[in-house]
Amino acid sequence: MKNLLLIAYLDLKESIRARWFIIYSLVFGGLIALFFIAGITESQVMGFSGLSRLLLMYIQVTIIILPIFILITTVRSISGDRDSHILEYMLSFPISLSQYYWGKVFGRFITVFLPVFMAMAIAIVYGISKGAAVPWSIFLLYTGLLFSLSSVFLGIAFFISSVVKSSEMALGISFFVWIFLLAFIDIALISLMLQNRMSEELIISLALINPMEIFRVAAISLFDPELTVMGPVAFYILDTVSQSVFVLFSIAYPMLLGIVFAFFGYSIFRKRDLV
Amino acid sequence: MIEVRGVTKKFGKTVSLDNVSIDFKKDDAVALMGANGAGKTTLIRLILGYYHPNAGTISINGMDPVKERVDILKHVSFVPQLPPPIKLSLDELIQYICSSSGVKKERIFHYANEMELDLKPNLGKSFFKLSGGMKQKLLIAISLAKESEIMIYDEPTANLDPKARDNFYRLLKEHEENKIALFVTHRLDEIKEIVNRQIYMDLGTIVSDECV
Ligand SMILES: Nc1ncnc2c1ncn2[C@@H]1O[C@H](COP(=O)(O)OP(=O)(O)OP(=O)(O)O)[C@@H](O)[C@H]1O
Ligand SMILES: [Mg+2]
Repeated sequence: MKNLLLIAYLDLKESIRARWFIIYSLVFGGLIALFFIAGITESQVMGFSGLSRLLLMYIQVTIIILPIFILITTVRSISGDRDSHILEYMLSFPISLSQYYWGKVFGRFITVFLPVFMAMAIAIVYGISKGAAVPWSIFLLYTGLLFSLSSVFLGIAFFISSVVKSSEMALGISFFVWIFLLAFIDIALISLMLQNRMSEELIISLALINPMEIFRVAAISLFDPELTVMGPVAFYILDTVSQSVFVLFSIAYPMLLGIVFAFFGYSIFRKRDLV
Repeated sequence: MIEVRGVTKKFGKTVSLDNVSIDFKKDDAVALMGANGAGKTTLIRLILGYYHPNAGTISINGMDPVKERVDILKHVSFVPQLPPPIKLSLDELIQYICSSSGVKKERIFHYANEMELDLKPNLGKSFFKLSGGMKQKLLIAISLAKESEIMIYDEPTANLDPKARDNFYRLLKEHEENKIALFVTHRLDEIKEIVNRQIYMDLGTIVSDECV
């Protein structure tokens, strides 16, 4: 445990100094600042207003860009260390492979989760200082979603990182995974739906395997289901299962998926040649 | 005691080690030589438990280097062929080593001093920003501070100036008693003084092994 925390701590320190981390934090902090400057909290559109509208916009952008950020920064953590022979040296000390791997996972999790969470927390604090009403339930849900979103893509990233042999390859696969989850699955499902070959239920359940789709629906799940912005999938889901069940599912399932991927990654990391 | 029995290691079609058997005992100070690509680094990485052999077994004090890596690596010091571009600061790297291997910080400073590397002003610097020779001096200092039973050096003097080399050999001479020391080298004349066994490898096999 001591070694695991040591690895996590050193990885965290190293990340915080890295250029990507600064950009990463600036992007999410900047997003919030931009929303405030643009006066989003003051406007009222389609039933969303004030801080809840700001949080909704924030999470919608985050769902799209956070995964790719996590993937490209994390996917090289093990494969990059392997490429550059850092692993060869660092693992010549009595550190077990599980301490090393899980230490890296843990350290990385904090690095990717904290900035996105802090940006949201700052929005809340700033909102309070402006006298806005705080939508606590939404804030809580989004914290859960960000946590879960970070876990699933971190898990996938570590999986890729230990499967591939070089970090270039890892980067390529990351982009593919991201685009695939972001767009291709939806397009494929929509075309299936149009062809009317499968039942709607089946298509929607297929859509729900995709964590990104789940986040999209969950992000608007606390709002009024009559809203037109929801789209058919969200409407269908929220019409079928109860809100609280879906919220729990939307946080638990991706988290579990992330853990499963991370474990697969670990077992591959252990069985392969290390350098 | 390191026992290598019938070990073969392949990478795709390349056979890097071909059915190699060899023992290293206490008080062996070995010069491991051979042309580029002969399999020296591969042998060392197998001993360190980085590679899974395709055939054969390796045991170190009766333990398997892959399965019992933690117990074995407590007793091993290793300096790689090229210092890796570690991004940690020296301070953090030293913390990593002290805390994972129970090495005393003062020992690292002591040996760095002996290697004429001034650590103090560089502690906040990233390791990869040191000069090539400074990196190697630090890795050598760490390897000595660890006081291991098994010391493995994969050509550690490539970037060292002549004075630093002399320091290195002097320190090794003081420390190799009761140990197994493996030096990969292309310049036997340099380390003739400190070795008592010379091994030549070629094309993944051991072609000669003599005690001197
Ligand atoms: N990770 C690897 N993947 C593929 N081939 C490898 C790998 N490591 C070593 N080889 C191959 O194995 C052979 C032996 O390599 P090795 O690094 O052990 O040689 P060496 O004796 O250390 O040479 P040098 O004196 O140049 O350091 C070479 O043909 C090399 O190309
Ligand atoms: Mg070599």
